[in-house]
Parts: sequence; structure tokens; C-alpha cells
Amino acid sequence: MDLGTIWFILWGVLWAVYFILDGFDLGLGTLLPFLAKTEDEKRTFYNAMGPFWDGNEVWLITAGGVTFAAFPATYAVMFSGLYSALMLLLFALIIRGVCFEFRSKVESPAWKKLWDTCLFIGSFAPALLLGVAFANIFKGIPIDQDHIFQGTLFTLLNPYGLAGGILFVLLFAHHGALWLAIKSEGSLRERAFAMAARLWPIMAGWIVLFLVFSMFATNLFSNYLRWPLLLAILLIPVGGLVMTKVYAAKARAWAAWAASAAVIGGTALFGVMGIFPALLPSSLSPAFSMTIENSASSPLTLSIMLGVALVFVPVVIAYQIWNFRTFRHPVTKDDLEYEEAY
Amino acid sequence: MDTLMLSRLQFAFATFIHFIFVPLTLGLSILVAYMETKYVRTGDETYKKMAKFWGKLFLINFALGVVTGITLEFQFGTNWSRYSMYVGDIFGSLLAIEATAAFFLESTFIGVWVFGWKKLPKKLHAACIWIVAFAANLSAVWIILANGFMQNPVGYVIRNGRAELDSFFAVITNGFAWSQYIHTVVGSYVLAGFFVMGVSAWHLLRKQNIDFFTRSFRMGLGFALVASFVVAIQGHSHGNEVARIQPAKLAAMESHWETGTHVPMYLLSFPDEKNERNSVEAIGIPSMLSILAFSDPAAEVKGLKDFAPEDRPPVALTFLSFRLMVGLGTLMIILTVWGFLKRKNLLDNPGYLKLMIWAIPVPYLALQAGWAVAEVGRQPWIVHGLMRTKDAVSPIAASQVAVSLAAFVVVYLLLAALDIYLLAKFARKSPA
Repeated sequence: MDLGTIWFILWGVLWAVYFILDGFDLGLGTLLPFLAKTEDEKRTFYNAMGPFWDGNEVWLITAGGVTFAAFPATYAVMFSGLYSALMLLLFALIIRGVCFEFRSKVESPAWKKLWDTCLFIGSFAPALLLGVAFANIFKGIPIDQDHIFQGTLFTLLNPYGLAGGILFVLLFAHHGALWLAIKSEGSLRERAFAMAARLWPIMAGWIVLFLVFSMFATNLFSNYLRWPLLLAILLIPVGGLVMTKVYAAKARAWAAWAASAAVIGGTALFGVMGIFPALLPSSLSPAFSMTIENSASSPLTLSIMLGVALVFVPVVIAYQIWNFRTFRHPVTKDDLEYEEAY
Repeated sequence: MDTLMLSRLQFAFATFIHFIFVPLTLGLSILVAYMETKYVRTGDETYKKMAKFWGKLFLINFALGVVTGITLEFQFGTNWSRYSMYVGDIFGSLLAIEATAAFFLESTFIGVWVFGWKKLPKKLHAACIWIVAFAANLSAVWIILANGFMQNPVGYVIRNGRAELDSFFAVITNGFAWSQYIHTVVGSYVLAGFFVMGVSAWHLLRKQNIDFFTRSFRMGLGFALVASFVVAIQGHSHGNEVARIQPAKLAAMESHWETGTHVPMYLLSFPDEKNERNSVEAIGIPSMLSILAFSDPAAEVKGLKDFAPEDRPPVALTFLSFRLMVGLGTLMIILTVWGFLKRKNLLDNPGYLKLMIWAIPVPYLALQAGWAVAEVGRQPWIVHGLMRTKDAVSPIAASQVAVSLAAFVVVYLLLAALDIYLLAKFARKSPA
């Protein structure tokens, strides 16, 4: 397997991990206005994400950074082409990022409501925008022979793009609900499971709809038709979809969440492998797509970066797992009284 | 206003705002870690309160550093796509390493530190904030190695229409970049020291929590005193490198027009760019510029007229930024020495304490001025000698950039104002 292909796979995996991790806190933020009734419950949301959200978000920085490092021309075309969408995403993430630190700092209901609103927008909008962006990547965007994007933000808001946006919102909301089930107690925990159960059929239905839509709107299935064995990858999201319902029904929150992670990760990988070897297909002509071949960095860079990744990523995973294990317990009343709590 | 100008303004604005918050993160993380270590070693609860008090201010500041940082990674691609394509082989790798090696470490362990006071054993908890301090200072290495490549490109070969990596070793041992790094982080330590001194001074003037804030003031003082000398001395040697490697920048920094030897330095000077001369030139110290730039009074210092007009940086901005930075740097040395002399009886020096409150913004201005010199002085190059800024911008509509620039100005100024409001609010509180 050549370096370009190895990096393509790592690139896909990085996006999948990012969606699995930031997916639950973006989902949780989206659910805030629907599930949190009291001030304590709202604070539980913030503290459920507290130790993790920043470390989760760095997977986005890394996915972007790796796109830059391994496929710089793709990074350049993607980020400049999808300018408006990425700026909206950026601003949403910015206003989300400050909520955690700011909300508890002033004892005013209006102040807290402002940051709750910002958390909601800063969670819902990124989910929607990421879904729109990736659906458009799966579909192909109008890049011409000079690799210049011949469209606007509204080009991206086509039916398939919007379907992708809704897909991500549903996936993340469901994922966030299960995280809340892990990190809460009593009535809030019950409502979290209930929300997951309510979302499940809508999410499952939408996944099917999206897959069918993909058959008509994209070339995603062509790789799978050529190498049918690759369809095995669908076992991951489908298996996850079934098991998350099974575990949630048994109130096994961690297992249900892990299965939900498989749904998200599997869906991302399915899409990424569908566009291989392109990273940014062109809807104008396959000859204009950004591919491994026309956008990869030099072999020297790819090999050094591989060495860096093989050394550091396992270490990162190890200490992030340690973080999750240290703070695996539900957020209790005592936790809310902790001096440094959000 | 075209895409180029708007993108330049946007990048400059976004970076300046980011750099309001980063230096305090770099320096205060070390101070807080030190305070918590003193607590773990001595069991003295005052040190624990110090770690929590200054830690809270650290966190308020850190939040803005994080969110404004995401913008910068995006911006290379959004607004400087041609640059990204040209140097991504090298520049992109450095950014990816910054994220993998440092950002993950910093963002994960800050979460553990914030939430883990009661959950972790004391030593492990203290270790967490040391890791955050280390990770923050490590992330600066990678981004400054990246900027260093823009200033002094090394370890590359032009192939396939782009700069490709030829020697990773050369890129990461780029002396110019390491010099910039030391100058930046040590300058950040001065800023952190002044922040702690200024806030402490506010409390000491009101005779509140005297022991707590005297200890804090002295810690900030020690940190800033050493750092302000180091940054000046090391800054001088970095200036020598600039003279050698970026002669046009050096000429602009000093508004020096005519190449010559035994070049004097004018304490009072003002550029007249249109006429390629200085409108004011007074109090000249003979041979001083040659000595400062090359440690040799007979050394030839290239003047701006040696460079084609399109190869010269904006002179007035570079020149004024440099003078501002040096002037404020000198002021900070004076203030820290004064503080050192008065350290045993701060309360008897209310004038000094009041001055130190007003001095909090001084290092902030100095650091921004320094970056203005580095970046404006590098123009018209985005990669010195290899790629011009005007050839680096994304082929996108100016209207898009106008909108995003406006949004940055509004959102950033609002958030920065809120952050400063919260910093002031919690700085004034009495420690628990």
C-alpha cells in the first residue's frame, strides 16, 4: 500500500474519530433547550462535557491540519472553495467555545440564557454545516479545471447537502442523548434515554433515506460495486444502529453510546471510502477532482508525518482514554457544588 | 478593497486578537504550576489558594486563546490557498505536528486539571498543570518553526511547482526560527509577570490579603525581571540575524535609506517613504547601527534604496513598531528593577504600585509591536525570497472576505471585551 493511500485512510479515520467525539458534545448542546428544565440540569449538561469538549475539538484541528500536511492542494481548494460554509462553522465553534468559561461567571439569568443560546447555536450549526459540507464532498462540488470552486454557499444547500446536514444533526443528537444518559442520574437520565429512543427511528429512517439518495445523487457506490467486499464496512454502522437500540432499551448507557459511535464512525468511513481516491470530487468532471495523486505531499513529508502519527496518536488516545475513565461517573449534586464546576 | 487587501487585514486582525491572549497562557501556566507545586511541597494552603485564584484568571484568558486559534488554522486554507498549495508540504506538516503533539496534550490535561482537584492525588493534579504549561510552550515551537520557515526558508527544494521538503532536520533546526521562539516565549513571560504584578498591586494598594498578594507580586516580579533582561539581550542577537538574513527588514526597522559603513543610529528619526529619506534625523550616535547590526563599526548596513521599491516592506509601520517595542522593553526593565529594589517594602511605595497597575498593558503593546515588525517587515514576501504575499491569496470573491472580516471585527471585539471584563471582575475578587 503506498503512502498516499495510507494517508487517505488515516485522513478518513481522523474525521471519523472527530465526529465520534465532538459529535456527542455538539449533540448535547443541541439538546440543551429540549431536555434541560432546571438550572441544575442545564449545569449538568455543561459539566457532562466539561473535561472533554476541548480535547474532542482538537480532533477537528488535527483533521484539518492533516489535510493540510498530507494533501495541501485539497486543503487549499476545500477551505477556499467552501469559504462561507467554513466561516459559519468557525464562528459557531467560536461562540460555543466561550460558553463553558463564561456562563458561570455572572450571576444573572439573562447572562446564563445568552450563553445557553450560544451553546445551542454553537452546537446545532456545526452539526448541520459539517453534514452539509461532507454530503457535498460525497456528491462532488463544482470545481473547474483550475480547481476553483464555481459556486456559492447556496450551491451547497442543495437537497442532498441538506439531507446530509439533517443526518449529522440526528446522529449527533442521538449520540449526545446517550452521553447524557452516561453522565446523569435520576429523572434527567430517564429523559436522556427517552430522547435517544425517540430519535432512533427518525435517525434510522433518515440513514436509509440518505443511503438511497446517495445511490442517485452521488458516485459513492461505484467503488463498492467494483469491490463488493468493501460493502462489509456497512456492517459497522448497521450493526451499531441495531445494537444501540438494544443496549439503550436495557439502560446500558456506555454500550449504547459505543454502538452509536460505531454508527457515526462507520457512516463517515463508508462515505470516505466511497470517494476514494478522490478527496474532493468535482461535479463538473472527474478530471477536475482533487485526488490523492494530484494533491498529496511529497513522499518524504508523508513518511515523516506517518512516523509522527505512529508515535503520537497512540499516546494521545491513551491519555484521552485516561481522561474519559477519570471522569466517567455521572454528574452529581456534589459535583455541581464543586468549586471549579461550570 | 480587493481580496488581497481584505485578506491581509483579516489575517492581521485575527492574529493580533489571538496574540492578546496567548502570551498570558504561555507565562501564567508556568506561574500557576509553580504555585501549585509550592503547595504540594509545603502544604501551605495559601499556595493552593494562589493556584486557584490565578488559575481562574488563567482559564478565562485561555478560553479566548483557544477559540481565536481555530481561526488561524482555517485561514491559511480559506484566504491563502495559493500559499497553502505552495508550501503545504512543509508548513502543513509543522501545523499538523503542533496539533498532534501539543494541542491534544494541552486541551486534554486542562480538562483534567479543572475538574480533578478532588479526584486526583495532589502530585498528579499538579503534574497536570505542568503538562498544560509544557504543551502550550511546545505548541509555540511548532507554529514559530512554521513562521520561521516563512522568514528564512530552509530545508526545501522547488519541485512540481511548489516548495517540497528536502530536509526535515534543517526545517526543525532553523536557527532563525528558534531565535524567534525564544524571543516570543520569554516576552510572554514578561507579560505574565506584569499581569500578576499589576493585579497584585491593585490589592496591595487596598491593603487586602497582603500576604497572598505580596507572595504573588514577588513571583511575578522574579519571573518578569529575569525575562525582561533575557528578552532584550537575546532580542539583540536575533536582530543580528535579521540584519544578515533579512536586510530589507532591518533597513525598514531602522528607516535606513543609504547603504554605507559606520552607519549612525538616530535616536530621533521619521521616515518619508515617498521621497526615500527621513524627514527627521536627529541625535545620531556614530557607527551605532553598524555596531548593533553587525557588532562592527565598519560593517556595511544595506539601505532601503538598495532594494527595488516593490521589494521593500512598509517602512513607517515597521520602523514605528520596532521603536515602540524597544522603548517599552526598556521601560519594562526599569519597572522590574525598581520593583526588585522595593520588593521588601512594597506597601510603602503606593506610587510604584499604582504605576504597575497602569503598566499591565505595556507588555501587551510591546509583544504586538514585535510581531508587527516580524510580519510587516517581511513584506512583500509571504515566504521570504520565494513567494510574494500578493501571489498567495485565494482566488475568491472580495465580497465574501468583506463579510467575514466584518464578522471577525464584531465578534472578536465583543468576545475580547467580555473576556477582559471577566478578567477584571475576578482579578478584583478576594481569594477564597
